[in-house]
Amino acid sequence: MQRKSITLYIGAVLVSILFLMMIVSFFWTPYGPNEMNTKIALQAPSWTYPFGTDNFGRDIFSRILEGSKTAFLVGITSIMIALTFGFIIGGIAGYFGGIVDEVLMRIIDSILAIPGILFAIMLVSVFNTGMQNTILALGIMGIPTFARVIRSGFMQVKEFDFVKSSKVKGAGSFRIIFKHILPNIFSQIIVASTLFFSGAILAESGLSYLGLGVQPPDPSWGRMLSEAQAYMTNAPWYIGITGIFIVLLVLGFNMLGDGLRDLKEKRN
Amino acid sequence: MAKLMLEVNNLNVSIKVKQKVYPALEDITFKVNENQVVGVVGESGSGKSLTAQSILGILPANTEVTGSIKLENDELINKSSKAWQKLRSNEVSLIFQEPMTALNPLMKVGKQISEVLRKHTNYSNNECYRKTIDILKEVGLKRPESIYHSYTHELSGGMRQRIVIAIALVNNPKLIIADEPTTALDVTIQAQIIDLLKDIMKKRNGAMLFISHDWGVISQVCDYVLVMYAGKIVEQGPMENLISNPQHPYTKGLLKAIPDFKKRGEALYSIPLRVPALTERRKGNWPYIEITEENKQVVADIFPEILQRETKE
Amino acid sequence: MRFLVKKLVSFIATIFIVSLLIFFIFNILPGSPAQAILGVDADEQQVKLLEEELGLNEPLHLRYIHWIIGIAQGDLGVSYKYGQPVAEVLKDRIPISFSLAVIALILTVVIGIPLGILIAKTDGKWSSIILSMITQLGISTPSFWLGFILIMVFAVKFGLFPTYGFIPWSENLGEALKSVFLPSLAIAVGNIAIVIRYLKNSILDQTKEDYVRTAIVKGLGANEIMYNHVLRNALLPVLTVLGLITADTLGGSIIIENVFALPGLGSLLVTSIESRDFPLIQSLILIISLIIILANFTVDLLYKVIDPRIRV
Repeated sequence: MQRKSITLYIGAVLVSILFLMMIVSFFWTPYGPNEMNTKIALQAPSWTYPFGTDNFGRDIFSRILEGSKTAFLVGITSIMIALTFGFIIGGIAGYFGGIVDEVLMRIIDSILAIPGILFAIMLVSVFNTGMQNTILALGIMGIPTFARVIRSGFMQVKEFDFVKSSKVKGAGSFRIIFKHILPNIFSQIIVASTLFFSGAILAESGLSYLGLGVQPPDPSWGRMLSEAQAYMTNAPWYIGITGIFIVLLVLGFNMLGDGLRDLKEKRN
Repeated sequence: MAKLMLEVNNLNVSIKVKQKVYPALEDITFKVNENQVVGVVGESGSGKSLTAQSILGILPANTEVTGSIKLENDELINKSSKAWQKLRSNEVSLIFQEPMTALNPLMKVGKQISEVLRKHTNYSNNECYRKTIDILKEVGLKRPESIYHSYTHELSGGMRQRIVIAIALVNNPKLIIADEPTTALDVTIQAQIIDLLKDIMKKRNGAMLFISHDWGVISQVCDYVLVMYAGKIVEQGPMENLISNPQHPYTKGLLKAIPDFKKRGEALYSIPLRVPALTERRKGNWPYIEITEENKQVVADIFPEILQRETKE
Repeated sequence: MRFLVKKLVSFIATIFIVSLLIFFIFNILPGSPAQAILGVDADEQQVKLLEEELGLNEPLHLRYIHWIIGIAQGDLGVSYKYGQPVAEVLKDRIPISFSLAVIALILTVVIGIPLGILIAKTDGKWSSIILSMITQLGISTPSFWLGFILIMVFAVKFGLFPTYGFIPWSENLGEALKSVFLPSLAIAVGNIAIVIRYLKNSILDQTKEDYVRTAIVKGLGANEIMYNHVLRNALLPVLTVLGLITADTLGGSIIIENVFALPGLGSLLVTSIESRDFPLIQSLILIISLIIILANFTVDLLYKVIDPRIRV
């Protein structure tokens, strides 16, 4: 097998497994994720509690399952926000070009100079914490990235002959965008989304760890890590296992994104 | 009698592609004497560059070589990489085709030349510098001191090619291989570079293997010519004989393809046979042309032996 | 000169846009800072008074101009929470974040570049698959989680490093270095992986170039070709990435400081958000952004030093 397809394959498998876990958690978790029982607090992994229990005696496995919902929800919805606004801004810049493009891209590049996590922290400090605001902040954080991808896609496709000719034939802008440009930059958007997904998961877990992201009772892996920190020495599995799930999800999307990009490059 | 510099005997190179072995060079045999410029002419895919690469020991990893290449009676085939390092630029060097990319864009050109001396000689820094300035003068560059400190992007294509030539010459190699040294240049600069090469060959008693697809260039520089097609030497002989009295129909065809001043306005003649791709070649089946109804006549004209072989079978 | 002027104009434009953006995010969005400070039960009169005191009743553009002029003069406003000038609050914290970032960057370069070269040299089929997995893993690991693991292994289990806190450089050089080493490493690991990846690909691309063939024909050995010719060319694209990595290092230090309880800018940022200390948050974010923009500007200038093709 080709090395590039191995990356794609492993990424796809990781993402699929975690996605299935997320689906399962809607119908079934071994225990109630918020069921407390201090008598069994901080138990090591066993057959009864595969990943052990936390300081309130809650089953860590159930909480990880529950937390996967948040991870996917935050990832998918923030992509949708970033994609929508990124499409509008990048589309305008790419379609019109000239001074509009110059000004918009100048602003976008300036924003990109600020690291994503700092930008997200800034927005959260104004919006306040919580799931919705975290999603909003991460979505806004992603707008510049998507605007860049979509703009360059527009620039490339605009020069294709068939687009030029349909413009000459008098096709309306909307028609050209939806019939010709969108299908052509679709693969670029997919790659950017996959890679952004892993960035969003990392940022969410960071924010939640700092207490600036998702708040209880909403479950979050990052939040679990901040709770686990206090029990680092007597319950190392709590921190270890929770972190590994973040790594696996981020790794999965990174490899999937890289694999898809290589695939796209090979095809061209 | 002139001293023998390079002797290639029954050189065969095959290339492995996806577990299959294809013949790229077959039974290459020729000699280069001291003070002699031997031209290699052929279309692209004929094996000219591969011949050069064999002599320099820079064949790609997926190749297999048999036969013999002797430089002043020293067998080059199967030399160790350490031995090759000592040989290159001391005994044999190469003038590249692409002066635009053959030089390192981030290193001053003077340093790229003197690096050769620093590697292969015991000269002091000062001597290296002086030798480099000398060679820059020899290849016809004015203001050599300022050229020494320039980067490639500051030089024109012709100047860069002179630098490439200087690199090849600086350590006085016995054999110089010039691989299409003028192809990438403008016509006027081409003429200058050809004059320069002729001049240098006259001054130094070296030997040169001059590779080109251009008869015009070959005829100006070379004393002796090899004509190649699809990995084999079709015909070889002294320049004068070959031009005035070519024996092989393929040579005749190539000569006919030269654009002629007198025939201006007429359509250019080109040989109506393409060079078969490597993967179309089978050992012992040269010239590997699949005979069809359309090309039967052309093949019969140019490679009559192929039809004899067919009838024998 | 054209290159320098162009870069300088872009540098200033970026600072302007970023400062404008930060200012508007903090001042245009709903919610009065005065209300936030005094709490929801404060009466309107009190809020009005405080707003006047803070200069919040001025028109927006004047407030922006005052803010910028103040910053240029070193006046970053007064922290609500600490009741001191922001500059005073930051004074002791800047060296901590600075050492953290600098050591992380040094580790990234010192570990990343030699490893990148080594891996490019041994580029075989299986080894490259395994190495690309390891670099992927490095990129995908959250630095703060890695911080926990480093604490658990090197501080708790082997006791080689302190688990948290900062020892000032003036007190004990060795202990100070020890106290920032693990957090710096936690930030650096992901970036090391990125450097390795870029450098390896860049080296492999460069070895296909014609000038490498020239170097071979000159009779140079593999090491001479790598260090005298390939490496410098291969480092150019890595330099661009180094600009991004600097930004990432500062972003990463915000979280890492909280893991290791280091009293730097990052942990200050988090506590000031919790107490809704807006002048402090606003200035902090601007300062961190300015450092990053400055770093990118420096990378642009470095480019000029390394690549003679860029015209001055």
